[in-house]
Amino acid sequence: MPPESILIEASQLSLSYGALKVLDQVSLKVRKQAIVTVVGPNGAGKTTLLKVLLGLIDPDAGQVTRSPLLRIGYVPQKLEIPTTLPLTVKRFLQLAYDRSTVPTSSNVIEAALDQVGAPKVLDTPMQGLSGGELQRILLARALLRQPELLVLDEPVRGVDLTGQADLYDLIAQLRDELGLGVLLVSHDLHLVMQATDEVLCLNGHVCCHGHPEAVSRHPEFVALFGPRIAETMALYPHHHDHTHR
Amino acid sequence: MIIDDFLIRACAAALAVALVAGPLGCFVVWRKMAYFGDALAHASLLGLALGFILKIDLMAGVVAGGLVFALLLFVLERQKRLEADTLLGILAHGSLALGLIALALAPALKMDLQGLLFGDVLSVSLADVLWAWGGALGVLAGLALLWRPLLSITAHEELARVDGLQVQRTRFLFLMLMALTVAVAMKVVGVLLITALLVIPPAAARPFARSPEAMAVIAALFGTLSVFLGLFASLSIDLPAGPAIVSASVLLFTGSMFFRRM
Repeated sequence: MPPESILIEASQLSLSYGALKVLDQVSLKVRKQAIVTVVGPNGAGKTTLLKVLLGLIDPDAGQVTRSPLLRIGYVPQKLEIPTTLPLTVKRFLQLAYDRSTVPTSSNVIEAALDQVGAPKVLDTPMQGLSGGELQRILLARALLRQPELLVLDEPVRGVDLTGQADLYDLIAQLRDELGLGVLLVSHDLHLVMQATDEVLCLNGHVCCHGHPEAVSRHPEFVALFGPRIAETMALYPHHHDHTHR
Repeated sequence: MIIDDFLIRACAAALAVALVAGPLGCFVVWRKMAYFGDALAHASLLGLALGFILKIDLMAGVVAGGLVFALLLFVLERQKRLEADTLLGILAHGSLALGLIALALAPALKMDLQGLLFGDVLSVSLADVLWAWGGALGVLAGLALLWRPLLSITAHEELARVDGLQVQRTRFLFLMLMALTVAVAMKVVGVLLITALLVIPPAAARPFARSPEAMAVIAALFGTLSVFLGLFASLSIDLPAGPAIVSASVLLFTGSMFFRRM
């Protein structure tokens, strides 16, 4: 593939909080139509890495290069709307910022909700959504921005097991339908591995990265997650209906 | 019965404050900035004292004091050594103490300290009323322009930033609007009670509102009602006006809590 298919590229990112080194020379690429998953234990710097890529945190060293005018749809780890703020789902989705001053119409919003399989909850207050509903609403918000790159931080947090599998399927399906690049962070390994093209195992530094199966056999990965998890990972078969690179 | 001029002026000034405090106060409630409102009011007192000593217009001193305070906090919030609320505590009470000292040291200042702290709406001049309305309309216009980005960053600041919104600029402009509001409200309810008008009417409005805009409008209405009830009580049973207005809003809030249960 030509180099312009790279949506976002980080090279040699380093970041410390005081004496604590959170990111140590981390490099990463996300191409069009590829799903890249960052895995790693708690405190491995996964969320920090995403925030640096999104431009929310400045790294101490290293560079982030984006394709020109890259549109990013971001699904944050959590969303806590203050209980004092009366905000319906529709209104929340209308706040997805673009430069037009016309509020997004109900039709467009309903189409986005359909796309992510969210129920028709336009008039529900944001505070009344279940974990799974909220994740889908956040995904719908990201899609309303018509992104080329979807960045998701632990997208299945607070979702039950079946819901988790559904959400990952949905993400893979969106990639296929809309040709998005996807960068996601997770610490639940099983489900992620099936839907992903490339895994980056992070523990401050990049332990290993590459094809999910190869990563699951990598000694550093095994050392980090223990042989049991690594074995289960390798048992999960995954199919690709297209190739990259 | 002839309605006295002073009463009309009091009503007009208090009304201006109520109309602007409701909508702006909604953001104070949503963004959990009640303590910031207090701190800002204390800093304004220092501004007033310095304004007097430097022989500039007192209202200009108040506005400048608030603006400088907002600016200082905005810059200091970026350091990581102290939590924001500790920093606020230091700045708020530091400036209150300095303000009180400055007022005491300015011998020619025949200012009524009680009036500054608790408001003196029954003695406002026509100039004060014009100040209040000018300031209120200015703040409301600014708030209308800032409404959507402000709501965006209140819902989720990082999402708004990834969307490409100028978060820092929006936050800064909001602090400016708050500083202006405090200056406008000082004469009416006084330094110590300004936050009450920013927080209580929106809190009372919450159970009745299904959208942010509705909450802002209802808060303005509750603020207005508090003004009339408070001034009426002040005249008929001779209560201090500022505290009476705030008490009326507390009464409305208490009533609103029963609505929630229904």
